[in-house]
Amino acid sequence: MSNVPFIEVENLYFSRGDNEIFRGVNMTIPRGKVTAIMGPSGTGKTTLLKLIGGQLTPDRGRVLIDGEDVHRLSRKALFSLRQRMGMLFQSGALFSDLDVYENVAFPLRVHTDLPDAMIRDLVLLKLQAVGLRGARDLTPAELSGGMARRVALARAVALDPELILYDEPFVGQDPISMGVLVQLIKRLNQALNLTSVVVSHDIKETLTIADYIYFISEGHVVAHGTPADLEVNQDAWVKQFIHGEPDGPVPFHYPASAFYQDMLGEVANQGEAT
Amino acid sequence: MKRSRTMEFGVGLFILVGVLGMVFLGLRVSGLSFSGPSNTFQLDAHFSNIGGLKPRARVSMAGVTVGHVDAIELDTKWYDARVTLNLDSELEGQISRDATAAILTSGLLGEQYVGLSMGGDPEMLEAGETIRDTQSALVLEELIQQFISNMATN
Amino acid sequence: MTTKQGQIASRITRLGRRSCDAVESLGRAGVFLAQSAVGVPSAEGVRLWIRQLHFVGVLSLAIVLVSGLFIGMVLALQGYTILIDFGAEDALGQMVALSLLRELSPVVAALLFAGRAGSALTAEIGLMKATEQLTSMEMIGVDPLRRVVAPRFWAGVVALPILTVGFSVVGIWGGYLVGVEWLGVFEGSYWSNMQASVGFINDIGNGMLKSIVFAVVVTWIAVFQGYDLIPTSEGISRATTRTVVYSSLAVLGLDFILTAVMFGGL
Repeated sequence: MSNVPFIEVENLYFSRGDNEIFRGVNMTIPRGKVTAIMGPSGTGKTTLLKLIGGQLTPDRGRVLIDGEDVHRLSRKALFSLRQRMGMLFQSGALFSDLDVYENVAFPLRVHTDLPDAMIRDLVLLKLQAVGLRGARDLTPAELSGGMARRVALARAVALDPELILYDEPFVGQDPISMGVLVQLIKRLNQALNLTSVVVSHDIKETLTIADYIYFISEGHVVAHGTPADLEVNQDAWVKQFIHGEPDGPVPFHYPASAFYQDMLGEVANQGEAT
Repeated sequence: MKRSRTMEFGVGLFILVGVLGMVFLGLRVSGLSFSGPSNTFQLDAHFSNIGGLKPRARVSMAGVTVGHVDAIELDTKWYDARVTLNLDSELEGQISRDATAAILTSGLLGEQYVGLSMGGDPEMLEAGETIRDTQSALVLEELIQQFISNMATN
Repeated sequence: MTTKQGQIASRITRLGRRSCDAVESLGRAGVFLAQSAVGVPSAEGVRLWIRQLHFVGVLSLAIVLVSGLFIGMVLALQGYTILIDFGAEDALGQMVALSLLRELSPVVAALLFAGRAGSALTAEIGLMKATEQLTSMEMIGVDPLRRVVAPRFWAGVVALPILTVGFSVVGIWGGYLVGVEWLGVFEGSYWSNMQASVGFINDIGNGMLKSIVFAVVVTWIAVFQGYDLIPTSEGISRATTRTVVYSSLAVLGLDFILTAVMFGGL
């Protein structure tokens, strides 16, 4: 049951302008598990989430969610598919003109005809789950970054989705809120039997919550496996990433001509100018 | 909730300002009155020269505004100007057959208007009939020309 | 020789590419307008519209009315000094009212509106885009064009004509204050000359028509610039500037065309 894939990414190609971001990405994301997608900054991890969510359309290849091809759906069908997924954005992306309570109530008001009393119960339940029931009257501007992310999490699970996409949930958090978020993601996943996709480059936190990890670099999946597999992986790239070594397959230097030549060329140019 | 109440009140007031402003512009600034076309009747007058008379110009009798110019057309039979006047319906059947219509100027540089004056004929004009006795606009150049030619003959 | 030809060729290429970009962006703006402005609003939509009407209309009222008052007063003062030379100061009311209704109210109110409300709309929508609020709305399954853009667009379209009416009324009153109360023009001739020369359809109607056109154009530019901007702080500040510049130019250019069509025949 649990090894039936929920999301299948097949041979995905995507480019932005002349910049090829993905060149044939394949992934299967199992139902009810936490799957992490990791890679250095700027490899298009967030872009991958947007492709899964149907906000971007790939040049080639397809994304199947629960057997449906996301990019062949009509706008209406896509929007109803999205009701089954929640997404947590890097910044939280709370609606700045609504308070915390209304932010969490927003998906319920839009997609259901529930009476106000029931919406209230549901919202308080979700806020209680993220520990912010007391903050319901605050505006997003009054929240700290970690609190905003927790509210956003409450909003993302308001409709009891089957899938949650987390975009860099740990970035820029202090250790305490980081710990809180790790706990929350874990707990929510177990309690609601969610399928979670976490995009991150925070190794330690990701290794503790993920059931399965994909590494992406230069438009490909370079390695994948369970955290235990990857810790003992002998691949040079994976080792560099997991242990945070400054130089290795991912070079320290931005591509440039030879240093020696560059310096000499500079001197020669200056000589000409003067 | 309370904040949205005052906001809605403000917006309501705002729209009301717009409506009242429109009413003010209509009544006070453009002098619109709610008398429909049923409250006026039309008379024609032919002038050999209307000078600078414009549609919507005032029609007055003894200095009192009693209507306005509805349309000005060239009459291709006589090659003079046919001016259609819209007059208050109170005057219907009250204007005598020998009434005079003159194109006058208010002040030296003011706008031109049509002045009506009553005659003594017991028969009255019906709606749509024509005022026979008319006096054209004074054209300054013609006056000067006359004056000079008079001087020359003297 | 060949390098010079090459330069010219590349310049022509660049010009061509720019023109294509401009046409493309116009097309995008058109599709954007059609997608956001067309459609039946829900009860929720009406509530959001009222909220935005408060934001762009009620909050712009003060600046528009004060400007209108001063412009009316200046018109009366300037007009009086000119008209008195011809002994025609009785025509002051006519002059003030016609200049306001036909030209100044629609144009100046639109320019103020672009500065006060248009730039704020751009910045607000841009900030929502930069903080991923629009994307997250889409992920929740709500179309941000209908939810965010449409109420703002319609609020702008309704607010500006109302502001223009207010501007005219206050301006005419300001002219009255200066002309009649201060300079001693006879009150009766101020109003009666005005009433004799101002046509409801021809002057007030055409002025309002101008104002509605300006309202559509300015609000459209503002919301589109906000929606289409590059979501960085620099992008937002640039888009805000662009809103004010583009809408000012559009208002003045369109004003000439509309004036030629409406009053050119006179």
